[in-house]
Amino acid sequence: MSAAPEEKEAAGSGAQFHSIDGVYNFAYLDEQTKRMIRRALLKAVAIPGYQVPFGGREMPVAYGWGTGGMQVTASILGVDDVLKVIDQGADDTTNAVSIRRFFNRTAGVPVTEATDEATVIQTRHRIPEKALREDQVIVYQVPMPEPLRKLEPRETETRKMHAFAEYGLMQVKLYEDISRHGEITTTYDYPVEVNARYMMAPSPIPKFDNPKMHAMPALQLFGAGREKRIYAIPPYTKVRSLDFDDYPFAPQEFDEPCALCDAKGVFLDEVILDDKGDHMFVCSDSDHCRDRRAEGHVGDRAGEAADKGYGAEI
Amino acid sequence: MSDQPLLEAEGVSHTYPGGQLGCADVGFTLYPGEVLGIVGESGSGKSTLLSCLSGALPPSRGSVRFDVRGQGMRDVFALSEPERRLLMRTDWGIVHQNPRDGLRMSVSAGGNVGERLMAVGARHYGDIREQALDWLDRVEIDADRVDHQPRTFSGGMQQRTQIARILVSQPRLVFMDEPTGGLDVSVQARLLDLLRGLVRDLGVAAVVVTHDLAVVRLLSDRLMVMRQGRVVEAGLTDQVLDDPQHPYSQLLVSSVLQA
Repeated sequence: MSAAPEEKEAAGSGAQFHSIDGVYNFAYLDEQTKRMIRRALLKAVAIPGYQVPFGGREMPVAYGWGTGGMQVTASILGVDDVLKVIDQGADDTTNAVSIRRFFNRTAGVPVTEATDEATVIQTRHRIPEKALREDQVIVYQVPMPEPLRKLEPRETETRKMHAFAEYGLMQVKLYEDISRHGEITTTYDYPVEVNARYMMAPSPIPKFDNPKMHAMPALQLFGAGREKRIYAIPPYTKVRSLDFDDYPFAPQEFDEPCALCDAKGVFLDEVILDDKGDHMFVCSDSDHCRDRRAEGHVGDRAGEAADKGYGAEI
Repeated sequence: MSDQPLLEAEGVSHTYPGGQLGCADVGFTLYPGEVLGIVGESGSGKSTLLSCLSGALPPSRGSVRFDVRGQGMRDVFALSEPERRLLMRTDWGIVHQNPRDGLRMSVSAGGNVGERLMAVGARHYGDIREQALDWLDRVEIDADRVDHQPRTFSGGMQQRTQIARILVSQPRLVFMDEPTGGLDVSVQARLLDLLRGLVRDLGVAAVVVTHDLAVVRLLSDRLMVMRQGRVVEAGLTDQVLDDPQHPYSQLLVSSVLQA
């Protein structure tokens, strides 16, 4: 007779269960899973660039939508954190909006679009233009963590290549680029060497962002959900983009500034304006662009774009 | 030729799980620049022996020692795995019977040849390309094919590309497994001619496994005849082929059609 109420009480007031919305555990994952992922993260930070296998969980979104990044974010998120989610540089696209809403509901943490207000930034395909600080963590969503995979399909072999630092094959890929096109045409997911040891896929960020990874004050974490791998770059770590002595690494350059905020030296997206071939280049980082416009910077086509309704909301 | 041996095999035996005999009690000494031929019918243990010699298959008994640069004679199987893999892409080379096993079919010929250079740290595109072109020229592949993938090459060209890919790192020892297998007779003859020239010019030592007596006649200095996993006769190539002593060698030599 007394057994039933006791059980009910144990389930309800368990020290492990900390819920914001009364349905899910804090930040969706259960505490044991988060501990397991944190252990993998510690190992990843201890061996910069090394891919640590982890017991990836099913997440309530499809593979390819950032399940790896979400698991890492869920494991490091605390009640005091402020979360920003980027998708292709923007805060207002589907992937960013849904992941932000997900953590807002399951963890109850405040969310933001401002880079400097965030303590945790989960990103897909970009690093913010604004330099990150020591008190921030950036979490990358990674589709394919193995940089050598396209060249060597065997996992047993690529593991050995990493273990013995046999990275000549990666150079072969760049050689092929040059022999075919006269220059290194790899423009995203451009392979890097971390801490003068491990070859690492930086996730599909443009190579424009590669230099930002070098000696970054913020901790960089990478989560690949489908492949179940976690890796990391600790703050202020050496990150070198591969190249040849006579074909040095060069990030993308843009001829014109952002059409909305006149920014130079930032990564630009091409926006098609009508069906007559009219187009303009605007900042890929929407938060950066908005900030600059608020500061009074005006691009060539800011007025015209506003008339057409583009950029009005940002 | 130097007095210091390059490769020493002693009592190399391999029995597969299940008791099937691969090879038994094979021993020889190979000196720098020397070419050793191993002939025998299918199933005589030639390929098993080659795997044991090239470090791919640990023998059940016996030892294989190689003169590692700066270290003297070392047991191949006592080397650590990274050391053995380093040997494999510097001082050693394996010419596979099927070029698909030795080439990356989706990487250009130039990239295939350059890979071994990049594997040991070459990072200057111009230099790598120049060496790749030089080596493709030496194996008689036109410079305008350098950016083509080997999948578009004929069988003979693929085999020659494979040879260029290995020789570019200036190995001291090359293992060849039926290097002319699967090629038609005229292409075989040209490939053999080429191989003979390269081996002589570079002073590379080689172990050539084949069932084709013409190959060993042209290439090798010494010959071992294998049967049922054992060496039945060994000696200078001309000596063995012109005056075979063992009944099996006699059979082998007499079964070749005289043109």
